[in-house]
Amino acid sequence: MSDGPPPSITRALRDPPSVASWNLQQWEALVREARRTNLLSRLAHEVADCGLSDRVPPAPRAHLVAAQTLAQAQADAMRREVTYIRQALAKVDVEIVLLKGAAYLMAGLPAARGRLFTDVDILVPYERLPEVEAALMLHGWFATHHSAYDQRYYREWMHELPPLRHAVRTTVVDVHHAILPRTARLKPSSATLLAAARPIPGQDRLRVLSPTDLVLHSATHLFHNEELSQGLRDLADLDSLLRHFGDDPGFWNELPQRAVELDLARPLHYGVRHASRLFGTPVPDAARANIERHAPPPWLDGIVGTLYERALRPVAAGEPGLLTPLARQALFVRAHWLRMPAVLLARHLASKALRIDRDGN
Amino acid sequence: MIVADLSRPELERRLAGPGLRLRTGPVVAQIRSPLGAVADGVALHYAAHPIEGNDGFADFFVRVDRPRNLRRWLHPQAMFHIDGEAPFTPLPLDQAFPLLEWGLNWCISAHCHQYLIFHAAVVERSGRALILPAPPGSGKSTLCAGLIHRGWRLLSDELALIDPATSRAIPLARPVSLKNRSIDVIRAFAPAAVLSRPVRDTTKGTVAHMQAPPDSVRRAAEFASPAWIVMPRYEAGATAALTPLPKARAFMEMVNSGFNYSVHGRNGFEALARVVDRCECHTFAYGDLEEAAALFDALATTS
Repeated sequence: MSDGPPPSITRALRDPPSVASWNLQQWEALVREARRTNLLSRLAHEVADCGLSDRVPPAPRAHLVAAQTLAQAQADAMRREVTYIRQALAKVDVEIVLLKGAAYLMAGLPAARGRLFTDVDILVPYERLPEVEAALMLHGWFATHHSAYDQRYYREWMHELPPLRHAVRTTVVDVHHAILPRTARLKPSSATLLAAARPIPGQDRLRVLSPTDLVLHSATHLFHNEELSQGLRDLADLDSLLRHFGDDPGFWNELPQRAVELDLARPLHYGVRHASRLFGTPVPDAARANIERHAPPPWLDGIVGTLYERALRPVAAGEPGLLTPLARQALFVRAHWLRMPAVLLARHLASKALRIDRDGN
Repeated sequence: MIVADLSRPELERRLAGPGLRLRTGPVVAQIRSPLGAVADGVALHYAAHPIEGNDGFADFFVRVDRPRNLRRWLHPQAMFHIDGEAPFTPLPLDQAFPLLEWGLNWCISAHCHQYLIFHAAVVERSGRALILPAPPGSGKSTLCAGLIHRGWRLLSDELALIDPATSRAIPLARPVSLKNRSIDVIRAFAPAAVLSRPVRDTTKGTVAHMQAPPDSVRRAAEFASPAWIVMPRYEAGATAALTPLPKARAFMEMVNSGFNYSVHGRNGFEALARVVDRCECHTFAYGDLEEAAALFDALATTS
């Protein structure tokens, strides 16, 4: 199967002014693709930033307006939620490091513009988890995933507590103590990440990871995730972070070194390669060479690269073809493989399978 | 071109093959389905609705078909897909057309945030819209179905779309969903009403859809200004009577019927306040549809 033309949503995000000349059929395909990849509000934002909203025909423009309205509501809700979390943790003397969407939003990064948000992710030191969890539960969050197996899965093997859901607002906070599962092959040090985290001006006790670490976490999250339906959105985040921080010349020198220091050179390689392929992210040659030194052997690099290429690409016709689900399935297995040693993985999958049978689902 | 212009084989060919691009008010859905029940429902309920060409813009791509599971041999089912994803569990095959209707409602309420969307019926007279927000079981659809056979134009039975910028109500002119006893009530009240064959044992009981009057469909581009918010409540034996509803309470009732009120944030609050401000607000109890229709007739001509 040939690669075909690049997906129109990535084309539109690479070159927003180009949409001014699109016809209705192109808009139809674009809106459909953007909706499936959760990038419609990002597109709306880019089009508005270029002052082109009036050049969009009325029917697709309505979708852009709707998506922007939704993204604004989610951003407002995220800000409120972060405030509630900070209030709930007021008596716990701990710095709260915001991760992913919450971090981009509260730090005012361009990656937050037109982004959709769901759960709040925070990172705290492992030894402070009991206090943080207790304080959140006192303020209305309660644990989900009650079965003994799920509790053990999260508490012994994962990098986060079982998700905590607020009883009234039904919002979810994921409390992390690391950015990869404890069982994962790569071992980025949480202490190293926390030590470099930076305060957010005007936001007492809230922090975000340093610029290099924001990028490394974004790439690691994407290339360790078993669920790739959000993959293109995550890659758009990575592209935006790289463009934003890449303006500082020191950043590109620091990034490959920091990746090695945190044991994240390989996810950085995949992240940079796919962001520049799909979104045209500019990468200086010297930095690219440094990053590619950590590529896997060519045969493996080729296979994994091809799978991601396929899995990340939105399906233009709206109906999944045969190859995209296969690629996503293969990467689902790969992600589990990276997250757990084989014996543990076998146990985990067997346990899940048996439980599914018992529930009759 | 409208659906009635297509021969039955051509309608089936489009539904089973490339899809039928159906316009309902501001929304164009490309519908695909190989199922006879869906073709029947579309032919009956959407006869007067415009069809868009392939050179236009479709907002949603939906498909209703039979899932390929083992159960299909014993209890055939129908499944709703949007853009290749299935947001709902399958339903018995018999419910294929209601499933399409519920799925189209979901497309609008989940995506069309350019509007404030409320769970309410809307009917119009002389450019003025009567909004009927109410929880299920209150007799809202029955009242709506009754009024559109007594001089009111149908904007929508399920989804009130309000443009937050202009405060106007936007018509959808889709079929009215009748449940259980209302089906016979409407048959007796308006013998000319066109109803589909009732489908039994749905989660809402027995359901039949009533065709939107062709005149309402033709006038789907005419917006209306909200003038009344009335919360109906059916009570056996009750005399039809309006009771004034304080505006603050009417506002909260609208908020409670909102599908996406919170999505609009402060703008939503202000837009809804403008709507409530310009409306007369009432609760309304009724036991007899004729009496109710007469009362609303008087309301439209005097206030």
